[in-house]
Amino acid sequence: MSAVVSLRDVHKSFGAVEVLKGVTFDVGPGEVTAVIGASGSGKSTALRCVNALETINSGEITVCGHKIHDPALDRRALRRDVGIVFQSYNLFPHLTVEQNIMLAPRSVKKLSKSDARALAHEVLEKVGLADKAESYPEQLSGGQAQRVAIARSLAMKPKLMLFDEVTSALDPQLTGEVLRVMEDLARGGMSMVLVTHEMAFARRVANKVVFMHKGKVQEEGPGAMLENPQSQELRAFLSNGL
Amino acid sequence: MSYTFDFSFLWTYWPQFLAGAWLTLQLSAISTVFGCILGTLCAIGRADGPRWLKWVIASYVEIIRNTPFLIQIFLIYFGFAMAGLKVSANFAAVAALVINIGAYTCEIVRAGLQSIHRSQVEAATCLGLSQVQTYWHVIVRPAIERVYPALTSQYVLLMLASSITSQISAEELTAIANRIQSETFRALETYIVAGVIYILLSFIVRAAFFLFGQLIFPRRRKLGTTI
Repeated sequence: MSAVVSLRDVHKSFGAVEVLKGVTFDVGPGEVTAVIGASGSGKSTALRCVNALETINSGEITVCGHKIHDPALDRRALRRDVGIVFQSYNLFPHLTVEQNIMLAPRSVKKLSKSDARALAHEVLEKVGLADKAESYPEQLSGGQAQRVAIARSLAMKPKLMLFDEVTSALDPQLTGEVLRVMEDLARGGMSMVLVTHEMAFARRVANKVVFMHKGKVQEEGPGAMLENPQSQELRAFLSNGL
Repeated sequence: MSYTFDFSFLWTYWPQFLAGAWLTLQLSAISTVFGCILGTLCAIGRADGPRWLKWVIASYVEIIRNTPFLIQIFLIYFGFAMAGLKVSANFAAVAALVINIGAYTCEIVRAGLQSIHRSQVEAATCLGLSQVQTYWHVIVRPAIERVYPALTSQYVLLMLASSITSQISAEELTAIANRIQSETFRALETYIVAGVIYILLSFIVRAAFFLFGQLIFPRRRKLGTTI
């Protein structure tokens, strides 16, 4: 089967700094790919390139059939297929949880108010927060806010979900509740790419782990690769206790 | 020196005070509506418009904020006359108030627009919202909610500043007070009464803004805090 995401020799610079130096990897349908690596290794940039939040300098990225490197890319069409969750949740503070979720289905897919509300409750059920529909973001814990952000993305019924260090701002307990939601999603067959520092989670849930080092893919393989690192860089990275 | 306060003239003049206060409220209300529209559009233009538009709006804002309101009123009032347009004093007063408050509103709303974090816009675009949808739902609405307290103060000031339109003989509260004191020679009493009425009007304007805020910002209504 063809890949949902495919990166081919992707280069990306910010000014004089080359952040991605020829990145290549694939994500198969229904697969969970964990991208790991030290801060500054380019993993978040790679993820942002996948969603066309950054423009690449050279190489090719194909996501759900959309050619990201094509200047004529239809970004809105791409974003109907791809959901993304950020470290800082980015919930809209002036809207309730339910309105946060309903906004895109209402404005983009032109769903009726009642259909959008039903959809909001369906996805909130999925992340275990049906009782928070009327709350405002500031009334939520970090873990709850992140689960709402996930629900908000799911409401658009994406074919692929991207997670950019979604648990980095959370304590271990809140991290646990977010990871459980993500694990449920993975089991449900969602194609996922996650940039993460949660090694145990990557080992258990990911079909594939991609280790990035200094703007390149240093090593990739199944989750078990983390128990038996081949390259010295990955060994060093793992032994730093991250 | 002893002075005996005598408010008895109120028995005769209270309908005039009331009429003046009513006109003050009307002038303020109309200027508030159009000033808000003008100011918000200017804020959007100055924040995200093409370069020439930014320049035009910036010039407008700086000219208004750095000249006395009285001069602006005279320029507009006599400007209309010079252009051969016969307009009423009330119309010229509203025009001057709108042009004045538009500039201040522009700066307040612009501060609100700039306070919206880029990540909010990114989240909205990633959900597939169009530029216009993002602008309205994720930037303008929360921005105005955030600066609403500052807008409220500014519009109370607008109502008070409308007293200056008495200079082009708009028959609002201050103009009425001027006439009454010239007829009764009870200057101190007349202006005390006018002052008290202005305090009441300020209270009405604040209350109106508060209630309107409760209506359009459900988050405020529920949590009672600003974003």
